[in-house]
Amino acid sequence: MKKARQLFAGLALSIFGLSSAHADYTLNLTEGVTQVSKDVHDLHMLILWICVFIGIAVFGTMFYSIYHHRKSKGHKAEQFHHNTTVEIIWTIIPTAILIGMAIPATKTMLEMDDIQDADMSIKVTGWQWKWEYEYLDNGIHFFSSLDEASNKARQKGSGIDPRTVPNYLLDVDHPLVVPIRTKIRFLFTSADVIHSWWVPDLGWKKDANPGFINDAWTYIEKPGTYRGQCTELCGKDHAFMPIVVVAMEKEDYKQWVEQQKEVAAAEASAAEKSWTKEELVAKGETVYTNNCASCHMPDGSGMPGTFPAIKGSPIVTGDIKQQIEVMFNGKGMMPAFGQMLNAVDFAAVATFIRNGLGNSVGDMVQPSEIAAMQNAAGANDDTDKE
Amino acid sequence: MSAVIAEHDEHHDHGPAKGILRWITTTNHKDIGTMYLVFSLIMFFVGGSMALIIRAELFEPGMQFVEPQFFNSMTTMHALVMVFGAVMPAFVGLANWMIPLMIGAPDMALPRMNNMSFWMLVAGILLMASTLFMEGGGPAAGWTFYPPLVLQTGKALPFAIFAVHLLGISSIMGAINIIATIFNMRAPGMDMMKMPLFVWTWLITAFLLIAVMPVFAGAVTMLLTDRFFDTSFFDAAGGGDPVLYQHIFWFFGHPEVYIMILPTFGVASTIIPVFARKPLFGYTSMVWATGFIAFLSFIVWAHHMFTVGMPIAGELYFMYATMLIAIPTGVKIFNWTATMWKGAMTFETPMLFSIAFVVLFTLGGFTGLMMAVAPSDLQYHDTYFIVAHFHYTLVPASVFILMAAGYFWLPKWTGNMYNERIGRLHFWLSAISINILFFPQHFLGLAGMPRRIPDYAVQFADWNMISSIGAFIYGFSQLLFVYIVIDTIRGGTGKATDEVWEDASKHGLEWTLPSPTPYHTFTTPPAKIPTEHL
Repeated sequence: MKKARQLFAGLALSIFGLSSAHADYTLNLTEGVTQVSKDVHDLHMLILWICVFIGIAVFGTMFYSIYHHRKSKGHKAEQFHHNTTVEIIWTIIPTAILIGMAIPATKTMLEMDDIQDADMSIKVTGWQWKWEYEYLDNGIHFFSSLDEASNKARQKGSGIDPRTVPNYLLDVDHPLVVPIRTKIRFLFTSADVIHSWWVPDLGWKKDANPGFINDAWTYIEKPGTYRGQCTELCGKDHAFMPIVVVAMEKEDYKQWVEQQKEVAAAEASAAEKSWTKEELVAKGETVYTNNCASCHMPDGSGMPGTFPAIKGSPIVTGDIKQQIEVMFNGKGMMPAFGQMLNAVDFAAVATFIRNGLGNSVGDMVQPSEIAAMQNAAGANDDTDKE
Repeated sequence: MSAVIAEHDEHHDHGPAKGILRWITTTNHKDIGTMYLVFSLIMFFVGGSMALIIRAELFEPGMQFVEPQFFNSMTTMHALVMVFGAVMPAFVGLANWMIPLMIGAPDMALPRMNNMSFWMLVAGILLMASTLFMEGGGPAAGWTFYPPLVLQTGKALPFAIFAVHLLGISSIMGAINIIATIFNMRAPGMDMMKMPLFVWTWLITAFLLIAVMPVFAGAVTMLLTDRFFDTSFFDAAGGGDPVLYQHIFWFFGHPEVYIMILPTFGVASTIIPVFARKPLFGYTSMVWATGFIAFLSFIVWAHHMFTVGMPIAGELYFMYATMLIAIPTGVKIFNWTATMWKGAMTFETPMLFSIAFVVLFTLGGFTGLMMAVAPSDLQYHDTYFIVAHFHYTLVPASVFILMAAGYFWLPKWTGNMYNERIGRLHFWLSAISINILFFPQHFLGLAGMPRRIPDYAVQFADWNMISSIGAFIYGFSQLLFVYIVIDTIRGGTGKATDEVWEDASKHGLEWTLPSPTPYHTFTTPPAKIPTEHL
């Protein structure tokens, strides 16, 4: 309750304009880190001030009238009921103000729409509930989901105070890394329902619609970490698919690209080696927590009526091929994990759910088999395109 | 028609039937109006309880009380119950009670249909509420029912859609009845341009309802066939487009928000002159402004969709068209201010609520203007800034005016005066707490908090806590209104006069009738039509 008292004190102070008791309160729109976001901020401030002035005029008149033209002060009511001149004036003045607003707004809108001459392109795909990023120029490709610390703390009854988690709900496992002073074109789409990609510091948000591609662009001026969230209701974990953009100097970005290529190579070779069941089960538990637990529940009990239980499930305790097929291609609300997880993680979690969470089927699948399936699916996609 | 009137004259004013059947079978506009009003008040508390569940979960960061899916279902149902169960029926209730009294008609034009439309509303809302107990939970994709998300709803989907159909049919029947009444039942001498503004705004609202409710019914039916009959209106894999749904929905949805605000304007234009002791300023321009707003409501829908990826020409067109709404809305606010100017004002509870409406609705209008500017809306869209905006245009506007209407006409309806002291207490508690509740949400939205989330980053914690405190004060202080209504029905602070408010009979026909209003009124047309605004 101490917190509440502090709050009231803070509120009282800010009302009387004495001081801003809490420096970390953000009251206004960010200026952001791009020219566009600054233009948007300026527009926002312009209209805010216009509204403040109109407000002072209208409310001023009204309160003057409320104070002076009251019966208790003996004011006698006049009986006028129209005045054409006044009515014309207060139609024309707002019209003029609106035109004044529309001009800079149109300019900014046209600027935001100008997608041409981009230096690089990133395809962003929304999934329930994570983001997929594909760098179209160098083939880097990864998924970005809520970081583990936030994910643990946000479970109901976790007993973890969100205030102890750094960047609670605004951190991810793999941030989107981009170079500064580069015109980046984003292409947005979705694999399931509509999502919306918003980083306030970039000055806009854009919907990711399944089956369609939207575009937008940015040109970030200064290095830093910029955070945002999904802003279109996309199901139960809508609040838990943040966006983190790390903007770095071009040199650092080049290094990062090299690193990513090495990581990809390491993953490919890990998929080729032969894994033991124990290794896979141990790895699979983490993969399960990060990818499956939000629907099927951490203990595999599911949510009756919506998400089936893993524990004792006929699919999981039945033929392994059938289970992998469901995981790979999805089914109903279950997303297709075939391209979402790398071969090792996929094999690990597939093996884990058969041998953990109260199941003990005893068999396993090798990452190399999954890698073969992924390659086959990829080849099919390519044939479709041709 | 003349035969019916003659028969009435013979056995004069027979009272209502006795017992519960009076309410089930009634065709009396006052009984039906009362049922609408009582029902909407109950729904106001049902929807309000859902809002308090939302605000309780958002009191602190972290998940404390509910699961995210249930939270989404609460935001969805809160909106549906408030829009279709509370605000719209409350205005239909006022229309039923007041339109015949204001135009000097004995009843509504289509009394049996009137009864049917009320009971269909009850059926529709009950069906909607029952979805909460179905396998997979109630609809949780937001009240806008956007596909593909809404198609992931469990067993509830077809029931929710059928409930929407019932509510739509009920509203359309209500609207037809209001139009038929206003066009055919006006007393001799009650020309269109002599009608009180409440009647005018409802006439225009009724046309909006007839125009858009079928569009909504069509949109949800397409969802139904997409889910169950293998069509793909909204599925790209079959050649459809999920954004098409949004266009159809908002073609309904934008007029829908004016359906909730235009009658609000009408009531405010009725109350303010009485307590300013002046005629309404600019009657003609009020009528034209209402019509202009209604027209604009049909051509601005995609300003709800600036982020969906429209061509630049579309973005610009919808931005310009939306900005135009500020002009007629501004005219209305200036007119109310001019009505107060040089009046002899007193500040009884209905006037207090009406003034708060003008001030706080203007704030909602300002944020609306900010959102009309497309580039800035790309920042505001789907954040708490939007939540703050539309709650300012709904709660301290529509809901405050409904409360004002309650205080204003209760003495006429019941024949008793309400308790002015408790009424003012109710007003001040509401007016202060509503700002504690919604004003901080502007800051939250601008600082980057998206809407429809059950949990948030810790930098949003403080304002959320303040907002939740405001919500609980506001919610519980509404119980005072229930107390006052019951107290007034039981006798209140004494008998009301026929005029109730000083010189009110100059302002409207209803004040020329006895208090309480007899069961049947204007069985013979009124002799004189009030024309002080001309």
